[in-house]
Amino acid sequence: MYQFNFQPVFDNLDLLLYGAWLTVRLSLMAMILGLIVSVLGAVAKTSGIRPLRWLIDVYVEVIRNTPFLVQIFFIFFGLPAAGISMSPNVAALVALVINVGAYGTEIIRAGIESIPQGQVEAGRALGLNPVQIFRYVILKPALRNIYPSLTSQFIYLMLTSSVVSVISANDLASAGADLNAQTFASFEIYLVLTILYFLLAFGFSTMFSAIRRIFFTYPAGR
Amino acid sequence: MIREFSSADVLFIASAVRWTLILSAIAFLGGALGGLLIALSRTSHSRALRRMAAGFIQVFQGTPLLMQLFLVYFGLAVVGLPINPLLAAAVALTLHASAYLGEIWRGAIEAVPSGQTEAATALSLSYRDRMRHVILPQAMRVAIAPTVGFLVQLIKGTSLASIIGFTELTRAGQIINNATFKPFLVFGTVAILYFILCWPLSLLARHMEARMRRAITR
Repeated sequence: MYQFNFQPVFDNLDLLLYGAWLTVRLSLMAMILGLIVSVLGAVAKTSGIRPLRWLIDVYVEVIRNTPFLVQIFFIFFGLPAAGISMSPNVAALVALVINVGAYGTEIIRAGIESIPQGQVEAGRALGLNPVQIFRYVILKPALRNIYPSLTSQFIYLMLTSSVVSVISANDLASAGADLNAQTFASFEIYLVLTILYFLLAFGFSTMFSAIRRIFFTYPAGR
Repeated sequence: MIREFSSADVLFIASAVRWTLILSAIAFLGGALGGLLIALSRTSHSRALRRMAAGFIQVFQGTPLLMQLFLVYFGLAVVGLPINPLLAAAVALTLHASAYLGEIWRGAIEAVPSGQTEAATALSLSYRDRMRHVILPQAMRVAIAPTVGFLVQLIKGTSLASIIGFTELTRAGQIINNATFKPFLVFGTVAILYFILCWPLSLLARHMEARMRRAITR
């Protein structure tokens, strides 16, 4: 009969909680940078410039049709051969941003295309300049329309970020792996890790609902 | 000893595609069975069943696949089974696929107009016949595009089985890389092979979705 032993986990709970904080930080950075990449990608994709659109197409298709694990191996182990070396933590962030940027580009593109042309013309008729039109008439309503898909993609990104532990970048899964190497209480450790990730996902989901209430409720006065 | 990256290595990596496909097929078939049960539970009249299915989906969609793999892998020892990477990966991916397919198919079943259920009930069809001959065939039409889309996610997900030591495509790449130390070439090759597996499915899913949308708006 298997003897459960949660003692090593509780003795080192501070280590795991610190790991959870690192995962939160890494995910938040990847979300913010990923959002920027996604908006730029979507703008490039909806622009009239054909080579740019092709480039974005290739980026999105390659990333969406290969596993994140292979992407991070390629970036961390493969790119140094091409003269681009990164520390594990930087490589992890870069890989996550590139990954979520591809999904985000598609999501935001769909949002931008969901804005009726008449709305843009109305903005022009009100004398808004092109930057204002893009910001208030296209981007904000687009983000409101695709907010649920974008945020569930972000939560998925947070869960996927556990994979960065394979290149020993610092995060919750790495903290668990270190603890496992010292104590061998494998099942207990991964059970607690899974619960922590579940709580993180819940936390992010609550945060996204709060952001939605603050920024994306009608009337779109502000 | 570091040796050259040769055509034999490419062949070794390419032949590992077979294990990625086998693992994907097991997980998809197992997941289809589990997913059907979850979807039917989610749409059943019993509140307990609905709650249980919802909880199952929430747990598997709210935790990383990597953690699910580790838990099943180490969990095998807990229930007294020998630790076996293929078994662990197959079980974890099946549970994972059950949750995602269950959620996709729940949506598809709910997309069938309730008048269909009412009409079938009025014809005094049993639950079984109603599902089998009336609801599920119509739900299938809605479900097929997102199901193919999920298959892409599942194939990519099998790469994580390499972390618990199952030799599929990604792990074959790691093995060759350790021997030749040509990470750029090796992981480039691995990525291209995944792309060849996944891209046609992605295109198919998109094509079916577009056709579906045209059919609805017409």
